[in-house]
Amino acid sequence: MGFPVLTTLVLAPAVGAVAVALLSRRRPEWIKLMALLASAFTGALSIWVMSSFSTDDAGFQFVSKHLWIEPWGISWHLGVDGISLFLVVLTGVLFPLVIVGIDPHHDHKRYFAWLLLLEAGMMGSFLSLDLFVFFVFFELVLVPMYFLIGGWGYDDRVYAATKFFLYTMLGSAFMLVGIITTAVLARSNGVGHITFDLVEIAEKATFAASTGRWLFFAFAVAFAVKVPMFPLHTWLPDAHTQAPTGGSVILAGVMLKLGTYGLLRFGLYLFPEAARWGAPLFLTLATIGIIYGAVVATMQKDLKRLVAYSSVAHLGFIVLGTFAFTSQAITGAVMQMVNHGVSTGALFVLVGMIYERRHTREIAQLRGIQKVAPIFAGVFMVVMLSSIGVPGLNGFVGEYLILIGSFLTARWWTVVAATGVILAALYLMWAYQRVFHGEPDDDNKNFPELRLKEGMFLLPFVGLIVFCGVYPKPMLDRIEPSVKALITHVSEKTGYTEPQIPTPPVEEGEAP
Amino acid sequence: MILAADTMQGPSIAWFELSPLLILLGGGLVLLVAGALTPRWPKGTYAGFTAAVAGAVTVMSFVLWDDISDDGAQTLVAGALAFDRFAMFVTITISVAVLLTSLIADDYLRREQLDGPEIYGLFLMAAIGGVVMGAANDLIVLFLGLEVLSISLYVLVASHRRRTASQESGIKYFVLGGFSSAFFLYGIALIYGGSGSTNYAEILGSFSSSVQTNRTDAFVLAGIALLLVGLAFKVAAVPFHFWTPDVYQGAPTPVTAFMASAAKVAAFAGMLRVLNVALPNWRDDWRPAIWLLAIVSVVVGSMLAVVQTDVKRMLAYSSISHAGFILVGVEASGHTAGEPGLGLGVSAALLYLLLYAVLVLGTFAVVTLVARTGDGATDIGAFRGLGSSRPALALAMTVMLLAQAGVPLTSGFIAKVSVIEAAVEARSYALAIVAMVASVIAAFLYLRIMVSMWISEPESGDDDREVVRMPLSTGLAITTCVGFTLLVGFFPGWLIDASKHATIVVQSLAP
Repeated sequence: MGFPVLTTLVLAPAVGAVAVALLSRRRPEWIKLMALLASAFTGALSIWVMSSFSTDDAGFQFVSKHLWIEPWGISWHLGVDGISLFLVVLTGVLFPLVIVGIDPHHDHKRYFAWLLLLEAGMMGSFLSLDLFVFFVFFELVLVPMYFLIGGWGYDDRVYAATKFFLYTMLGSAFMLVGIITTAVLARSNGVGHITFDLVEIAEKATFAASTGRWLFFAFAVAFAVKVPMFPLHTWLPDAHTQAPTGGSVILAGVMLKLGTYGLLRFGLYLFPEAARWGAPLFLTLATIGIIYGAVVATMQKDLKRLVAYSSVAHLGFIVLGTFAFTSQAITGAVMQMVNHGVSTGALFVLVGMIYERRHTREIAQLRGIQKVAPIFAGVFMVVMLSSIGVPGLNGFVGEYLILIGSFLTARWWTVVAATGVILAALYLMWAYQRVFHGEPDDDNKNFPELRLKEGMFLLPFVGLIVFCGVYPKPMLDRIEPSVKALITHVSEKTGYTEPQIPTPPVEEGEAP
Repeated sequence: MILAADTMQGPSIAWFELSPLLILLGGGLVLLVAGALTPRWPKGTYAGFTAAVAGAVTVMSFVLWDDISDDGAQTLVAGALAFDRFAMFVTITISVAVLLTSLIADDYLRREQLDGPEIYGLFLMAAIGGVVMGAANDLIVLFLGLEVLSISLYVLVASHRRRTASQESGIKYFVLGGFSSAFFLYGIALIYGGSGSTNYAEILGSFSSSVQTNRTDAFVLAGIALLLVGLAFKVAAVPFHFWTPDVYQGAPTPVTAFMASAAKVAAFAGMLRVLNVALPNWRDDWRPAIWLLAIVSVVVGSMLAVVQTDVKRMLAYSSISHAGFILVGVEASGHTAGEPGLGLGVSAALLYLLLYAVLVLGTFAVVTLVARTGDGATDIGAFRGLGSSRPALALAMTVMLLAQAGVPLTSGFIAKVSVIEAAVEARSYALAIVAMVASVIAAFLYLRIMVSMWISEPESGDDDREVVRMPLSTGLAITTCVGFTLLVGFFPGWLIDASKHATIVVQSLAP
């Protein structure tokens, strides 16, 4: 590869951010155009990466590696495999949509500059194959998000932004010590020189079991906060509720995935033994998260808070799949990361539109909207059904794969978790019923219908929801080889053998 | 008698190798003597002269650094001063601090109608003390450096003639500083009693050459303890930090900047050298003390910083927390002190000192401007709305605050990583984790200042406030600091290399 595609993916939004910052603040339309150009270019490039991604290669593709900080053995090492590919694409697609579809109301220049910087950080996090570089981006995304919530959020925004920043930073504090310790110990345990290279450490280093477990937990704390896993989730409802719509979409859509992605990439891959050992704890916390998130979501009075808690439940499924150690479950988990990004992102967009129209998100204040805005209600319904996991829509594919895969190795956890699917139907349907059914009262009688521009903006979301639900094969083809390679890596390091499903499920498309 | 006088020879003086000190001394004397005898110099020339002197020292130090690389390290003036890359690194750091301070002070002193040669002369004198501390190879010389630095600082702190807070803090610093110097001196006496010398190499030698009795060892240990009290006071480590918030708040802001940068560098340099060169044989005795100082400093400094409402006090407590971080590096050096393959501790601490010095100077430079005429508006409310009225200034402050919080792609992150790496390498995991967690607490304080600048709405009375001025010299200083912060954040390799080279020579001095 001559052209450094992945480096461009990281740098293009960053350059865009600088360009936006240099434009005059009196030209909001130019600023928006510039931001859109930068993010659309990045999105197009990420789609190009997806289309030219080889399905035969389970390893990292489009790799670029350059020495960065020589005395510490740090390289600018980027690469993409089936696990990160769709998160990259999701990031690339979601940002231009958010930029074109959601207006910040004030201070366009700073808003778009922070948003583009956030995109650069997200891309970097998903693409880095160097522990140090990953940490740089992982920590760097906090700053733009902090300013986005703090600057453009709702009433309690400063509290929510600060809580978000400090919570995540606390997790990262452990991870930084973990990363440095990993590199230092790897030097004397198989690698031979100081390096932060993920692949090199994962393949060559062998840690003593107890050391590996300590290191794994240092990493896992940071990711568990980010996911967020019960009981470290308390920052999430605040951050989501107070963030501006664009911020919520990005937060739910891609940022939470940093946690689940990190668990896969830096937990399972780097410390397979410790991940196997810690799996019961994570399965338990994930299951608690699924049930707890669903129950709490049912009780919410605020629509946005409800969606926020539903994220806790959904991400519980992803963690469940991750720690089930079967290729079906992990493939489902990776898929579900993308699905959740699309569906929950769309839900936040819709809730944002409701707030724009009614200046409230209280479920009790809303009723009978279906009567006055049937198209809006229809779109909401599709997105909601996808979030519940109804067959034919994207949520089903991921959730089904997770449950079937987890059932092999984590039976009882899966049995409990499966009730979460029913609870999801409960809280979402019930909310839908209260908001959209019935006769509209005076306040809701003039609820405006979906405008064309808004419809165009939501179309990609709905399109993805349906496409991935009906024809997930292109995605699965790209995800599966890398997941299989990961399972093989775990088997080699720990002597674990993956249980096989006797007859392949029809839904999966390709037999394992 | 006459015959004896003939045979007695003074030590040979290596004029060239001492040139950084001599330039500083010459510059200081010119300001103090010529400045007093001549009529007032044109606007900005005092500061310009000081900056030129500091610049010359920096250049000279770079030249000498190369000489040392070629010819090896040595001791000067009969073993009193070390001439090595560690000393040069410290000299460069201090002279850069003086240069930036003079840029910040120029507008400040004219705004406050305090302009004159004395303050600049005292900056240069204080720098001499700092450079001597970094190079001292003898306890008496270390004490001389400490006193030259301290006495200059006492006067500087009290130099704002019309602010009682300035004088009050000067007295406070003087009284407490006098105490700590007494402790320090008594520590020197005890070490001399236990080891028979004040020269570092001879103190080191005394351990192996003479038979150790419990009595002399007790002398040395008590001496080390008192020595550490004196040095911990100067670096503002908990529990010897009580002067810091009051003095930092009361002192004229450029002086505060100088204290937080140059004075801290000097005291840490003195500490690192005396511990690693003279006292490595007692490393298992002093290391736990440093460990405790480090933990208490990072935790207490961060927690108390969070509850302050005055930005200068916040930064004072945050500087205590940063001192704790540097002590983590010192502790790490204690695991391998005196061994041929000296660990990463010394270089990490040196790197942290340089990066923090630049950061804190830039931060206080912004505070100098925001404090407005009278140097009184340092409450966090004074920063309200800075993001809309002075976006460039607020952005610069944000970069430096994020760097102090240790956000990646800034120099502060590199500093933290290097110290944590040294601690991990020395297997001080607990210290590393506590320090990192404390830095999260401290991050809250930087966020508060950022919230005030960017997010808080200006209150009704705020419009009547004096507009924050942007003088050229201070702007230049801030730009330099921000540029350096980002440059090192993106490309730290060369500086890490330099700091690693700076340690090699410490070890070669120990026979």
